[in-house]
Amino acid sequence: MFILKYILRNLFRHRLRSVLTVVGVAVAVLAYGLLTTLVGLWYSGAEHASDTRLITRNAISLVFPLPISYLERIRGVPGVTTASYGNWFGAYYKEQKNFFANYAIEPRSYLELYPEFILPPKEKNDFLLDRKGCIVGERLARTYGWKVGDLITLKGTIYPGDWEFVLRGIYHGKEKATEERIFLFHWTYLNETMRRTVPRRADQVGYFVVGVKNPGLAPDVALAVDSMFKNSLAETLTETEKAFHMSFVSMTEAIMVAIQIVSYMVIAIIMVVAANTMAMTARERIGEYATLKTLGFKGGHLAGLIFGESVAISLLGGLLGVALTFPAAHWIESELAQYFPYFTVSPQTLLFEVLAALSVGVVSGIFPTWRGATIRIADGLKRIG
Amino acid sequence: MGIPYSYSFRNLWTRRLTTVLTASGMGLVVFVFAATLMLTEGLQKTLVQTGSPDNVMLLRKSSNSEVQSAVERDQAALLESQPEVAVGEDGEPLLAKELVVLINLKKRVTDTPSNVIIRGITPASLKLRPAVHLKEGRMPRAGSAEVVTGESVARRFKGCGLGETLRFAMRDWRVVGVFDAGATGFSSEIWGDRDQMMQAFRRPVYSSIIFRLRDTTSFDAYKARVEGDPRLTVEAKRETRYYLDQSEAMAKFLRILGMVLTVVFSIGAVIGATITMYAAVANRVTEIGTLRALGFQRKSILSAFIIESLLLGVCGGLLGIFAASFMQLITISTMNWASFSELAFSFTLTFGIVWKSLLFSAVMGLVGGVLPAFRASRMKIVEALRAT
Repeated sequence: MFILKYILRNLFRHRLRSVLTVVGVAVAVLAYGLLTTLVGLWYSGAEHASDTRLITRNAISLVFPLPISYLERIRGVPGVTTASYGNWFGAYYKEQKNFFANYAIEPRSYLELYPEFILPPKEKNDFLLDRKGCIVGERLARTYGWKVGDLITLKGTIYPGDWEFVLRGIYHGKEKATEERIFLFHWTYLNETMRRTVPRRADQVGYFVVGVKNPGLAPDVALAVDSMFKNSLAETLTETEKAFHMSFVSMTEAIMVAIQIVSYMVIAIIMVVAANTMAMTARERIGEYATLKTLGFKGGHLAGLIFGESVAISLLGGLLGVALTFPAAHWIESELAQYFPYFTVSPQTLLFEVLAALSVGVVSGIFPTWRGATIRIADGLKRIG
Repeated sequence: MGIPYSYSFRNLWTRRLTTVLTASGMGLVVFVFAATLMLTEGLQKTLVQTGSPDNVMLLRKSSNSEVQSAVERDQAALLESQPEVAVGEDGEPLLAKELVVLINLKKRVTDTPSNVIIRGITPASLKLRPAVHLKEGRMPRAGSAEVVTGESVARRFKGCGLGETLRFAMRDWRVVGVFDAGATGFSSEIWGDRDQMMQAFRRPVYSSIIFRLRDTTSFDAYKARVEGDPRLTVEAKRETRYYLDQSEAMAKFLRILGMVLTVVFSIGAVIGATITMYAAVANRVTEIGTLRALGFQRKSILSAFIIESLLLGVCGGLLGIFAASFMQLITISTMNWASFSELAFSFTLTFGIVWKSLLFSAVMGLVGGVLPAFRASRMKIVEALRAT
């Protein structure tokens, strides 16, 4: 009890210094938490992918299409429940910087395969019936202020020209992690236009989405599909949705690894700062430590005192950082909505934040503790710090 | 008459451990600051050097990259016969109608697949790109299933080294040469005979057309004429401009990231510097009192302490730059968002980054030292002398 009181008193002897250190640790911990969350989000698309959906694409690479005639053959593979198809449309709204995912799809089977896109029944029906209809996610609609019934014109990059759509529905995600920034429209609309303008690009799809009965069947189905089209003009590559997402994510891995390294570096920097502060504090109190030893306190007591102070400062900073994480994450979620589907800091990350703060306290306390505990009384009293 | 500079310098030297710790904290910050700048610089340099200012790139209207673009043969014939196209020594126009597609290849080390740009070339292609020259092997023979690979592709992807065989588009392609394209984006590409590739990929259209201007000033007039021609659906860009646009999205991301990190880090470092300087002041109350009693002005005390913290910052800056200069040995490869293909580039240190980093570290030292220095200069002589 006495020791605790002593530590608390010591904490506020240099009020400014302690406050600065606490703020420093808080900022570092906050930065660490947000960076870790950012990296986690990068992989979240792949993590939330369904394992009963397979994506079949051209084996050469995604830029090559597959003939629509494959659809029936894929449907016939044992274990397949539904098969749908789509094209990455790659258009933008008004300006090039307004980038979002837009696909031309076969609506009925697609919505069946993606039950996490929840549409009101009336809107769904309107969308199915209208060839020029489209549906968008709630977040996307909010970004551009679209309402059901609006006319939307997109500028094509892969399929040149201005494309007009009528917004027939706004879907919302079943879970928080569901992507709500997708624009979907009828594949037939695209295909009929292609038939008129560039016949060689008609009847081609970018990818097939294959639903399987249960996850255990996925590898067999993938193999069956790929072997069916072996040595044809368009060989296929079938993988689970997760693997498909990961192939994109892994291409930008270098950046993510860099961010990860940086997030540890933040902690390293604050460690150096905190260690410096503690070393200074201990150096100033060498005389006191010697006095305490004279009074009969043992090295262990002193170690507890110094170490306790170091850990207490860091933990205070850590707790402040954790407290600041919530408003910061909320701010990011509302301000940078177009970049992140959502921004929630996981409990695990919060725990790591506290652990990081704790380790800062421990590491920065080691050296001064050792010096304080092993000081010889005569030396300590001799020194004028 | 101010206090000699050596006073500030010797003070830092006396508290060596504290100085080193504070300076290394700042050094880490400067290191991160410099490293993100170097990364952005490296990316832009790689992509911008890829283009040459006299070359013009023709793409289909509204396509962002060569991969998305398609130029029909009849339009290509029209474009070939424009008067602005320079003519080479052999009397042939310096113009290449190329095919650019992405193929998926596996990396040597991790076995993860990644997209690589593959370019179908014609004899003029090499003349248009002076940066590219063969390092080993030979160029592919026209009409054969042979390819040459860029240096960074040859090193990082399976089956891309000299003498190895690649399989794509239902054929085997032998790698007969490796070319060196310096620090340009071409190092991350695979080149082969265009007509063979168009056959294999069943692509009846070209992706892009690139040509050398006869007179570099005629670009604007040419652009206006070609883009206004009702028979053509292409847009013309200088090659340098095209590659600059390609790097824009990624560079912006890196810049924002770098700024955010730097701001967060510098808060920590400035706090560290402030604490150190406050301690330095607190430890030297008697000293400051003595100096004032000797007749030194408040101004001199203030400047002595500010110089001390500036020195501290600059030491950190030098440490950080020294560490960051080793980053130049590292090449990172990542997906370029504009073309969805893999691009390798390295950290590039320029003189601009060096002085920016030094300035930044000095500012950090200054901000950290201002408050303690003011405190030192405002001390009352009598009280300062009384303190033990």
